[in-house]
Amino acid sequence: MFEACADPKAIEGLIWAACYLTSAKHVLFYWSFLTVLLLLAITAPAALAMGFVGATAARSHLAPVSWLGKIYIWMVRGVPDIIFFLFFVIALDQVIEYSKSLIVCESHAWPWQGLEFRVCPEAKVPLGKSSAFWHQAYGFMLAVVTFAIVFGAFVANVIFGAMNAVPRAQLETAEAYGMSRGQVFRRVLIPQMWVYALPGLGNLWMILIKATPLLFLLGVKDIVYYARELGGSKTQAYEYPHGDWRLWYFIGLMVFYLVFTRISEIGISRLTKKLSHGQATAGGEALRRARA
Amino acid sequence: MSMTCWETIQAYGLRSIGIGENLLPRSDFTLCQQFTLIGSGMLWNLYFGLLALIAGFFLANAVALARTARNPLIRKPAEWFVFIFRGSPLFIQFFLAYEALVLLPKGGVDILGIHLNTAWTTRAWAGALLVLFLNTAAYSAEIFHGALKSIPKGDLEAAEAYGLTGWKKFIRIEWPTMLRLGWPAYTNEAIFLFHATTLVFFSGFPAFQQKGDALYYANYFADKTFNPFIPYPIVAFYFILLTLAVTFFYGRVNRHLNRHLPSNIRSRIRLRPQLIR
Repeated sequence: MFEACADPKAIEGLIWAACYLTSAKHVLFYWSFLTVLLLLAITAPAALAMGFVGATAARSHLAPVSWLGKIYIWMVRGVPDIIFFLFFVIALDQVIEYSKSLIVCESHAWPWQGLEFRVCPEAKVPLGKSSAFWHQAYGFMLAVVTFAIVFGAFVANVIFGAMNAVPRAQLETAEAYGMSRGQVFRRVLIPQMWVYALPGLGNLWMILIKATPLLFLLGVKDIVYYARELGGSKTQAYEYPHGDWRLWYFIGLMVFYLVFTRISEIGISRLTKKLSHGQATAGGEALRRARA
Repeated sequence: MSMTCWETIQAYGLRSIGIGENLLPRSDFTLCQQFTLIGSGMLWNLYFGLLALIAGFFLANAVALARTARNPLIRKPAEWFVFIFRGSPLFIQFFLAYEALVLLPKGGVDILGIHLNTAWTTRAWAGALLVLFLNTAAYSAEIFHGALKSIPKGDLEAAEAYGLTGWKKFIRIEWPTMLRLGWPAYTNEAIFLFHATTLVFFSGFPAFQQKGDALYYANYFADKTFNPFIPYPIVAFYFILLTLAVTFFYGRVNRHLNRHLPSNIRSRIRLRPQLIR
């Protein structure tokens, strides 16, 4: 990267460290932190949307819809999330390729034959000739959808509970004013539900942050992948030979996550305070008293 | 060679702990094989979960108490312990512990003239168990600490009025009340600890001679057959059973802890992600 780094074997001390930490692979490592943040930025709203749909379905007056919503919520509760991660990443891929094969392939043979999953080459996603970038982007997209499905169920559980926590009297008063069911839902239930949902959602945000290293298991080149690659011992054949430094890289990741969760914790507690203003809860009452 | 299901169970029922057939099935994967091997792997999930929970319970009580101490020399380390294990991903903790244990000298260490062998610490049964133990202790300590703080003031005043002080007050009033208040959240923690045991063999700790847990074998079958729709639902089925068993057992304990209360104010166990990892 820099001229001084042209011959790493000839330099030492601080300059060596500076050159080492700015090598091409380290730059990729730093970029992979953005992958994690990108995953969070896409997954959080997607999971919120999934959760909202799930919770609304679970509250539905139509029995089959309500069952679907409840099964969705409880299935993810009872089973370790990693099983879903490992399952969905392959299952989604196969379902996508099978659906595509029904359209683009000539033969519609059942693809699960013996010990392989076989569709015609045109149905591969992404196509065999696509660039490495598309393969990575597709893998990342599968990971995002998987995260959204799993965390959507967690969110649905929280929102379902929060909707039930809104005092009955509030809804009955709205009905007494002549509001329709939809109006009660939009004007009274939704705005009041958030303060009850916030502790649970805040906790889920922390769980989501702590679930991001699982990207590594889904085959995405994330921070865990690079920490293992860069930290592994390097012989003299490499530009920057060193021993087994993986411990130090993982300590670095640990610090990253500790700082990240700590900042989130502070942010969430501020948001809770803000949302508690004027609410008929213990938190709201405490704020009112502090002012008076 | 085709085996009956009973022969398969004899060959693979204890495969995860090294008893029975040496080679894993390589072709003609039957449903019976998948159920048997994945079930055999559950032994490891039970081993990790049970031992970590039992040992973690004691440490959690100590840490929760230490967090209420006035002396910062006792309080601060407890707070840092909880912060580090709750603030970072378990996945990273596994990796970190494995890399740290690998760095221990291969031949063992000599402390005060006693030779200690260290090679076994990098094995999953020891190293991963240690991480799970510390991890659940931190989460449970947070739950118990919260419960300690929410003991009704009236209960403590009543205890003092009866002349109970110090250790006696703690063991007769504070500790049982803490357990009772914290139990629903602690139930959730137990369930999620069992779920977390599936991470062990995916996080650095190798499965020696293909002796792994339920998810390890499910993943093996999914890799070999390219069909995720059979092994993963099987392992999910086993975990639903395990979750039900944990809920049942903790529910019995909860009933015991609440037995002196009128039935309408007992705290019921609800599975909710509010207070969990």
